[in-house]
Amino acid sequence: MSASHTNGNVAAAITVNDLVKTYGEVEAVRGVNFEVATGEVFGFLGPNGAGKTTTINMLCTLAKPSSGSATVAGHDVVRERDDVRRNIGLVFQDPTLDGYLTAQQNLKLHAELYGVQSSLVARRMQEVMEMVGLWERKDSPVATFSGGMRRRLEIARGLMHSPRVLFLDEPTIGLDPQTRRSIWTYIGELKEREEITIFMTTHYMDEAEWCDRIAIMDHGQIVALDAPETLKAQIGRDRVTIHTDDDQATIAALREKFEIEAVIAEGAVTFGVPGGEQFVPRLFAELGIPIRSVNVSRPTLDDVFMSHTGTTIRDAEEDQSKHRNRVMMQMMTGGRR
Amino acid sequence: MSTTTDRAQTSATAPPPRHDVVRVTVPRRSFNSELRAIRIVWRRELIRFRADRIRIATSLVQPLLFLFVLGAGLQGLARAGTHGVELKTFIYPGILCIAVMFTAMFSAASIVWDREFGFLREMMVAPVRRSSIVIGKCLGGATVAGFQGVIVICLAGLVHVPYAPLLILGIFGLQLLLAFSITAFGVMIAVRIKQMQSFMGVMQMVVMPMFFISGALFPVSGLPGWLAVLNRLDPLTYAVDPMRRLVFQHLNFSPLARHALDPGVTWWGWHVPGLLEAGVIAALGLVMLGIAIWEFSATE
Repeated sequence: MSASHTNGNVAAAITVNDLVKTYGEVEAVRGVNFEVATGEVFGFLGPNGAGKTTTINMLCTLAKPSSGSATVAGHDVVRERDDVRRNIGLVFQDPTLDGYLTAQQNLKLHAELYGVQSSLVARRMQEVMEMVGLWERKDSPVATFSGGMRRRLEIARGLMHSPRVLFLDEPTIGLDPQTRRSIWTYIGELKEREEITIFMTTHYMDEAEWCDRIAIMDHGQIVALDAPETLKAQIGRDRVTIHTDDDQATIAALREKFEIEAVIAEGAVTFGVPGGEQFVPRLFAELGIPIRSVNVSRPTLDDVFMSHTGTTIRDAEEDQSKHRNRVMMQMMTGGRR
Repeated sequence: MSTTTDRAQTSATAPPPRHDVVRVTVPRRSFNSELRAIRIVWRRELIRFRADRIRIATSLVQPLLFLFVLGAGLQGLARAGTHGVELKTFIYPGILCIAVMFTAMFSAASIVWDREFGFLREMMVAPVRRSSIVIGKCLGGATVAGFQGVIVICLAGLVHVPYAPLLILGIFGLQLLLAFSITAFGVMIAVRIKQMQSFMGVMQMVVMPMFFISGALFPVSGLPGWLAVLNRLDPLTYAVDPMRRLVFQHLNFSPLARHALDPGVTWWGWHVPGLLEAGVIAALGLVMLGIAIWEFSATE
């Protein structure tokens, strides 16, 4: 997988070389390579447990790579940890605000910790809070804020020190659709206003469409990396999902009669085929198994994900949680050796 | 992505005017930036304490109970042995210490809260030394606990301890030292603990024995051998003892009462001077601060 599509003239905001992170015997990240150009919105897409957060933690200097190297804003994440930290903003998956303090006090604290010039703190604070629409609430304790307001405040805080790279780990997780949309509006606005590179993770496929480029991660590896449109165009096939009375027989029949490999995803027989609409009449005429419903759709990022991993993101997550439960059970029922 | 219509219009005709974005820069780490970090972590503790008025009020209940309920209730029982000294006057230094100690431990506990509520990460990724965060925390906890101590010092008159300037100054200094050392001790424990319940458990396990063994409620001479050894090992002993000596110096008690109630701490028969006792508290505080910093820096 060639990852260097970036323009050679623009200095890369992030470079990653063979990055590996293992926890005991578990390989959370298994050798990833990519570059993010300055000014890009770069998305990391994958199911929970794919290694996205571990990767982001290594780039933010919160976890040490087991091997490999990475630079952020031109600084090595291991050797120049402080230089990296001065140049990045972070919005974590879990809230990290102090509920006792007011919105303003939270941002002030951040500015002091980062050593922002005192003369600029007040102006910068107003600017970032206005951007996320919280200036009027600056004197309210954060404990009184809703989940969406907190996330917006965290984004404002992450920007307080004018970072060159902003990391957003699942910035919209657990938020209602309206708040999710407004957060994306801020991110778009941000890109327009400040010279900033945005690196984010998400497991919402529709949100990945906002990114300039995305990397799809699965089982600790990058399986695809390009602009969302390019990735979708590469599929070149429509997705057909059918409900039948006998899914196994259908899969066998599809293989035999049309030479199509189908899988069961989210409870339906699913396959890709060029010119889906033209294919459906043939399907009805030749399959020989009663079909209860048919759905044909243009390729989406879900299909991209599926074509690279053989499963949909939702199924992958269910597998992950099943696996987790199994491990938990083993631990609880005395997996003592 | 414009939210306002007039911006959308301008961007349709010409490139949007570049906003005068306030660009700040984060300087390289320096002594000054560390001082700023220490100061803001310290101030956060004060802001949180001020916001938590219930905590200020409830933490006063315990010393009041000890002084007036226990003090008055046991007065009759203790009369035979106190040689005319009121029990509440006798236990006052110890009660002051326990009030300071509890507040200091609660302040240290905020590290556990911070971890549970995620705020710790915000501090961990900042471009400052971990030691600055720990020092700020300890100073903040010490200030808050010291404030609690001042409230108890104000109550001195109620237990017939005079408001003599030298006495008050001495007690104030000692309790501040204790506040710092206990916060450092609490932080040292809190850094390793992930859940609040566990911290509370450890606190009960540590604070109450320290309090009872320290001689806050009894004179430290003529103890059974095992208790005498534990008493000399208990750091709190070295805070209670010099404070009690200060109190007794400013009151007119019979030599007999002095001898019985304020025998002073001895090491193998040698009377440990008050200044050395204060030194023990300070040294222990610094050692624990060092351990806390080391532990905190080692966490990823």
